[in-house]
Amino acid sequence: MKILVTAKRVEDPESKIKVKPDGTGIVQEGLKYKINPFDEIAVEEGLRLVAKHGGEVVVVSIGGKEVHEQLRHALAMGAHKAVWVNHTGPLDQMGVAGLLQKVVEKEKPDLVILGKQSIDDDQNQVGQYLAEWLGWGQATFASKAESFDSENEKNKVPALVVGADNKTVRVVREVDGGLATVECQLPAVVTTDLRLNQPRYASLPGIMKAKSKPIEELIPAGLGVDVTPKLTVTKMSAPPARKAGIKVPDVATLVEKLKTEAKVI
Amino acid sequence: MDFELPESHRILQASIREFCEKKVKPFAREWDAKEQFPHEVVRELGQLGVMGILVKEEYGGAGMDALAVAVAVEEIARYDGSLALTVASHNGLGTSHIRVFGNEEQRRKYLPKLATGEWLGAWGLTEPGSGSDAAGMKTTAVKKGDVWVLNGTKMFITQGTVGHVFVILALTDPPKRQKGITAFIVERGQKGFTQRPIHGKLGMRSSDTAELILENVEVPDSARLGEVGQGFIDTLKILDRGRITIGALAVGLARGALEESIRYSKERTAFGHPIADFQALRWMMADMKTETDAARLLVHRAAYLADHGRPYTREASMAKLFASEVAMRACNKAVQIHGGYGYTREFPVERYLRDAKLCEIGEGTSEIQRSIIARETFKTA
Repeated sequence: MKILVTAKRVEDPESKIKVKPDGTGIVQEGLKYKINPFDEIAVEEGLRLVAKHGGEVVVVSIGGKEVHEQLRHALAMGAHKAVWVNHTGPLDQMGVAGLLQKVVEKEKPDLVILGKQSIDDDQNQVGQYLAEWLGWGQATFASKAESFDSENEKNKVPALVVGADNKTVRVVREVDGGLATVECQLPAVVTTDLRLNQPRYASLPGIMKAKSKPIEELIPAGLGVDVTPKLTVTKMSAPPARKAGIKVPDVATLVEKLKTEAKVI
Repeated sequence: MDFELPESHRILQASIREFCEKKVKPFAREWDAKEQFPHEVVRELGQLGVMGILVKEEYGGAGMDALAVAVAVEEIARYDGSLALTVASHNGLGTSHIRVFGNEEQRRKYLPKLATGEWLGAWGLTEPGSGSDAAGMKTTAVKKGDVWVLNGTKMFITQGTVGHVFVILALTDPPKRQKGITAFIVERGQKGFTQRPIHGKLGMRSSDTAELILENVEVPDSARLGEVGQGFIDTLKILDRGRITIGALAVGLARGALEESIRYSKERTAFGHPIADFQALRWMMADMKTETDAARLLVHRAAYLADHGRPYTREASMAKLFASEVAMRACNKAVQIHGGYGYTREFPVERYLRDAKLCEIGEGTSEIQRSIIARETFKTA
């Protein structure tokens, strides 16, 4: 089967993010970048499914030349080929979904797996838009609830199972208060939650092999997609600094303050 | 000129960093305290290809270059000097001697298992009575019929206990001194071959070090590595490359010392200020940063020369000498910045300081490096 996965370039969550003084964005100087962690989980899941069912994993990223590093990273993890949608400038979730739709129509995968959201904008919309516009089934927040190291987990049904006939996919979703199992006709769109799997590290032989794997370039105009954002960011600001706490002399005062000042009990 | 790492090396760096954050950083202190060799983590590094960085793909390695070794070792040393030493010595010494000077049969036999870390490689040059003065070695190999009989003792051998494959340097023609040295491959468990662990090291405590005793160890001529009498010349070439790696290890320790110092100095307050506000400490960290970057540039230059087939003996020594002395200064400052806490095992900087000292000693002392640099400089002057 053919699986399309995404690899958005995002700021490394370990780096310190600073908002520009004029509120137009974040300070990019000195930042490190990596694959969106949820997308990394999508890449890993794609690789595992292909290891089981055969086929290939195609990784796609949208952005300037710099996203090659993320594509190459996914290729080093084991993806078979990459599609680079060469676009610089602002892009909203509908623009992204529109571009991905065209890539899907071109690549004709059996399954699209993407992160449930990217850790920069935290929109959580692209997978849903994409499924809707393609007219495909969607299963969001694919997950496993147990720790990966437990015996219990080893005996569990995997969260993502493709039917023997390659016509359906069963997905265990993380929902409020528990897990829901859904079955989708293929082709389908699946988005990944945090606990689905633990992505592999890019191995050194993988890095070397990735050098000769193809990256195909596409441009939005060539795909016939108008990516003019319908959504604009008007201002960015850092969250307000936390105020210092107070110390209370005893429990009675604490209870009193919770009642009268915080009004939570 | 381009000071950016190639894309493949940046991916390698990111991959190893993430691995170390999860699997090394939380445990390095305990391994050090218990002198515990982290077998499982070494096995996982093997799966990532880190134990066969320079080994060609056809022998199961990654087929990357000296710059990749430098990047990988620096990254690991940032978290754990001992583990970095394991990776450095395995890649740079034992495995490299077979990789560079082994015949096809020897390469096929050993490299695939060494490259995946299934077997660990060790390299036996130093003896109880000779280190940098390699020609003063006492170990002998005498040809008796079809076999060579090895006798002697090797000292401070990294991977000495956990290793499977040992490259042993021995005198085959004692009167010829350096020109009478030959290399042999000895495998663990061979009759007459004993490995005795050495405990109580100042630093690099979770790296495995041992004394090797060879008592009438018989090896076939097919275990001879390289030409008879060529062992010492080959050894010098292996050491040149190994020195780049020790330089990278020292850079990793220095960087760790700086990063930990920045973090601590922002949190710790004195006289109503974070101590990071005080100029005396800021200047220390300014020096640490400057020197660490300079050391890395020397290391990367030596790796560049090695990767482009140019002479690099002097440049490798310069990188190793400077980086190891930078690491000592940086780690010493880091302990000072951490004050009383820095003197305890609660913070990693005391471990970095103990680990850094090895870099001024192993694979040729600083004094030997200066001699090499002077010799090579006068040669061309």
